[in-house]
Amino acid sequence: MAASEPQIYSVRELTAMVKERLTSDPRLAGVAVLGEISNFKHHSSGHMYFTLKDEHSRLRCVMFRRENMRLRFRPADGQAVIAKGDVSVYEAAGDYQLYVREMVPAGHGELALAFEQLKQKLAAEGLFDEERKRPLPVLPRRIGVVTSPEGAALRDIISVTRRRFPNMPILLAPAVVQGEEGPDSVVRAIRLMNEHGGVDVLIVGRGGGSLEDLWTFNDERVARAIAASRIPVISAVGHETDFTIADFVADKRAPTPSAAAEMAVPDKRALLAHIQGQYERLQSGVRRRIEQGRARLRLLESRPVLARPGELLLEYRQRVDDAEERAGRAARDMLDQRERALAAAAGKLDALSPVATLARGYAVARRADTGQVVRRGGQVAAGDELLIRVVDAELTASVKAVAPAPELAADAAGG
Amino acid sequence: MNTDETMKEIGEPAEGAGGDADSGPATFEEAFARLEQVVARLERGDAGLEEALSLFEEGVALARFCRRRLDEAEARIRVLVAGPDGAEEVDAPHLEPDLPTETDDH
Repeated sequence: MAASEPQIYSVRELTAMVKERLTSDPRLAGVAVLGEISNFKHHSSGHMYFTLKDEHSRLRCVMFRRENMRLRFRPADGQAVIAKGDVSVYEAAGDYQLYVREMVPAGHGELALAFEQLKQKLAAEGLFDEERKRPLPVLPRRIGVVTSPEGAALRDIISVTRRRFPNMPILLAPAVVQGEEGPDSVVRAIRLMNEHGGVDVLIVGRGGGSLEDLWTFNDERVARAIAASRIPVISAVGHETDFTIADFVADKRAPTPSAAAEMAVPDKRALLAHIQGQYERLQSGVRRRIEQGRARLRLLESRPVLARPGELLLEYRQRVDDAEERAGRAARDMLDQRERALAAAAGKLDALSPVATLARGYAVARRADTGQVVRRGGQVAAGDELLIRVVDAELTASVKAVAPAPELAADAAGG
Repeated sequence: MNTDETMKEIGEPAEGAGGDADSGPATFEEAFARLEQVVARLERGDAGLEEALSLFEEGVALARFCRRRLDEAEARIRVLVAGPDGAEEVDAPHLEPDLPTETDDH
């Protein structure tokens, strides 16, 4: 990059650079400006052109038809407003302008601006975040109140509390709730409550009033004290439509002090009724369960096995009898069989019995001296004594002579 | 023995049961929530007989605990003032609302 020849821009280029500068600055986007309207013109196109001024400066503004259609008031010269929009450049005229998107009357001028600014600042710090907000206790042991000891707010809170929960203790930390001393007084009271303890929820607020009256609750110190409170805080400032910074920081916002008491304290009668209902459901529930068990038992008891056990016995008895009978028959059959076999064997035995042979006339001869059965002639000689057995007697004889009988011998040998 | 007699036999658990420090609920909130659970379980109808009886006992003790907690607190309005030795509570009978006798039932 050579020499020091300064760049020469066209008017257009320079204007474009200025525009780029202005539009890229985040502080100039969505910016809120407090000022007084002058030179107001509502063009036939529907667009509004005007200047916002204060003692030192002027700012050209335009609010296009699409945006100004939504305005809830009619802007006019001399009116103090807060205009919110983006700063840019209208190249054709070489003017920087505020392109207004929203506008509200700023009845209290500086106050309203301060409100907006503080609101944005604290929001950016995360003090309004949902996650920060603590749940209120279901049944506080005691409720704390930071408010004026003389105001209607305290009377409302006490009477609603007494109505809903007659025996709920209340601890009041009195504070000045408007004017110069307001913020310090409220902050001190909140701190005192936190240090002293014994309170499970804190109502901070006051009755209705003008914006100036409520201003204490838009003070940064009060907001930070509420944010720092260990005890969950319900804000109750003014009426339903009043919104203060305290409302945004608190753990819960109540539209009125009475509503705050309703949030802080449960309805004792309703709780007792609910508990009684639960108790009755317990009774009927267990009674039903017992009945169920009993019904099942009755069912089982009515089954024949338990109701008429004799029947089962009879059945078994019958089976035993049957078995007995069959056993008896089988035994008898077997006995008959055996008897027949025995008779057959006895018959055979009879046939083979030597007694029958003897009965037919045969005799058994034995030597009297040795008892040896004589089968052959050679076993005896004349003069030997013999014992001869016939079927019914024993004969004593002596041998007179021995003569061979060859025909039977051949059979006996051959066999 | 009919069911009513059985119920009398089971009876209500003795005072002190189910509320002791180590095993009982610590806060009203816990007891209240547990009571819901117990009733729901019992009404489901599928609990065994012993379990049903023990749930009943537990439920009754919880209900008693809750009622006691609600009645425990003593109504008193006090004012917190900063004193030389720190904050102190001061009675404030003048703040008690003079309500007419309540016409609705308790």
